[in-house]
Amino acid sequence: MLKRNKLTPYLYLLPAFAFLLLVYIPIFQNIWDSLYEWSTFSPDKVFVGIDNYVHLFKDPVFYQALKNNILYAVISIIFQVGGGLIVAAVLEDKLIRKFSPFFRTVYFLPVVVSMTVIALLFTFFYNPEVGLLNQMLKMIGLDSLAKPWLGDSNTAIYAVIAVSQWQSIGYIAMLYIVAIQKISPELYEAAEIDGANKFKMFFHITVPQTKEMTFVAVILTLTGAFTVFNEPYILTGGGPGTSSEVLSTYLYKTAFSKDMMGYASSIATVILIITLLISLVQMKAFKTGKEDA
Amino acid sequence: MQMPKTNVTLPNVVNTATKERKKKRYTGVTIVYVGLIVYFIVIAYPLLWMIISSFKSTDEIFTHSWSMPHTWLIENYVTAWKSGISSYFLNSVIVTGASCFLTVLVSALGAYGLSRFEFQGKAFVLIICLGGLMLSPQVSLIPLYSIIQKLGIYNTHLALILPYVAYRIPLTILLIRAYFLSIPKELEEAARLDGCTSLGILFRIFIPMSTPILLTTTILTAYYTWNEFMFAIIFIDDDSLRTIPAGLMQFRDALQTDWGYY
Repeated sequence: MLKRNKLTPYLYLLPAFAFLLLVYIPIFQNIWDSLYEWSTFSPDKVFVGIDNYVHLFKDPVFYQALKNNILYAVISIIFQVGGGLIVAAVLEDKLIRKFSPFFRTVYFLPVVVSMTVIALLFTFFYNPEVGLLNQMLKMIGLDSLAKPWLGDSNTAIYAVIAVSQWQSIGYIAMLYIVAIQKISPELYEAAEIDGANKFKMFFHITVPQTKEMTFVAVILTLTGAFTVFNEPYILTGGGPGTSSEVLSTYLYKTAFSKDMMGYASSIATVILIITLLISLVQMKAFKTGKEDA
Repeated sequence: MQMPKTNVTLPNVVNTATKERKKKRYTGVTIVYVGLIVYFIVIAYPLLWMIISSFKSTDEIFTHSWSMPHTWLIENYVTAWKSGISSYFLNSVIVTGASCFLTVLVSALGAYGLSRFEFQGKAFVLIICLGGLMLSPQVSLIPLYSIIQKLGIYNTHLALILPYVAYRIPLTILLIRAYFLSIPKELEEAARLDGCTSLGILFRIFIPMSTPILLTTTILTAYYTWNEFMFAIIFIDDDSLRTIPAGLMQFRDALQTDWGYY
């Protein structure tokens, strides 16, 4: 390297830094804000200490939302990670391979369609009178099962979660397909000579060999499940009542409908802590993974 | 393991055994195909239904949800376009275009600084970028809302562009940096001997040589900004400035039942 101005690298990074302030300042600002009681229209901020958090931990809606997020996470891990792996394994099997590009493309399609469009489409599907889901149930004689899926507080959150699965399984499957293609074919050949059947091969070769991808997929779905907003907001708006509320929709409502900014900030802090915990696990596991290798 | 043994002593048994196996395999494959096709229908049918229904009248969607449209109403698209989609579309194009350009430009500058210079605090900058990947926009929603109002850009395109770029930079910088690191040093040195400045090296060597990654990051950014929903409904209040995702919600609320327009 020839003689260079010491400041040059900093100059190159300056614009990026300026933008990153927009990511980092709000994080700290938010924690600060959560210690006050304030709203957008009144300029006064009243310091209330940890009062917002005390209220939050007594708030049944908060627990309802948290419970729904956990439900989201559990179901998403089963269907997206588990289902995605199975779909990928089937599509990569040599007996299916002929048609797999076709299936793969179609399964991936929902990923490229905007969630807004998908959510609006499913509002129609779930419609109690004319929705296709209920009509279909009636057609096969299961009238008793037909119900206002999004309007029933028992089913609303499941109906919302189902839409997310519908969209995302293809994405996780695609990640797994890449991982499976990296597995050496000799492993499968050896297993076949030993007389292993497909199920054995799946559990003893595919599953352990894609361990790393499983880890990435779990982190992805977990983070997605705890920050989900679009699907519940568009499909149910958190209703009926608060039955399908998740942390993000509750945050949005508290801040922009009820104008309780301080309280909403404390919800945001809880989301921050959850996502940071997930990231910590991720970083830690990545480190140990490197040591193994 | 047992196969070779039986092969020697009882060829007939093996023959039927393999036949049995083959038969089993065929039923297995059939079951798998049925599964794949069912899943295919579950995915493809709603999407296809949406496209077909977009040519129907509202009445027809409700009364004949399953059938093909009686007459294919291409007017739906015209009506939708005229009643607002055109401006949503234009807004989305402006916001997406500006966000992509800024994200890639700023990230390329940053990645160049990170990959071709030694300086104090480099590790810190990398950590800041990595950390940015893990923060979710929900957390900073409220402070960002106040910042945008204080900057006086609330309810303008900038209210979306600036946060979008900010949130896309960490990933984009890391991707471009990884690519820049693979460009051989000799090229840079040769250019320097020819009297090229460091900025000149970036724009004449690094950027032209990195088109694949620049395209990838542009597509990733475009996909994100085109579909982003939460910021789009909160930071823009004026219907004429809304992007498509936010506008569609407006559409549903305003027209409630005109489903054919989707």
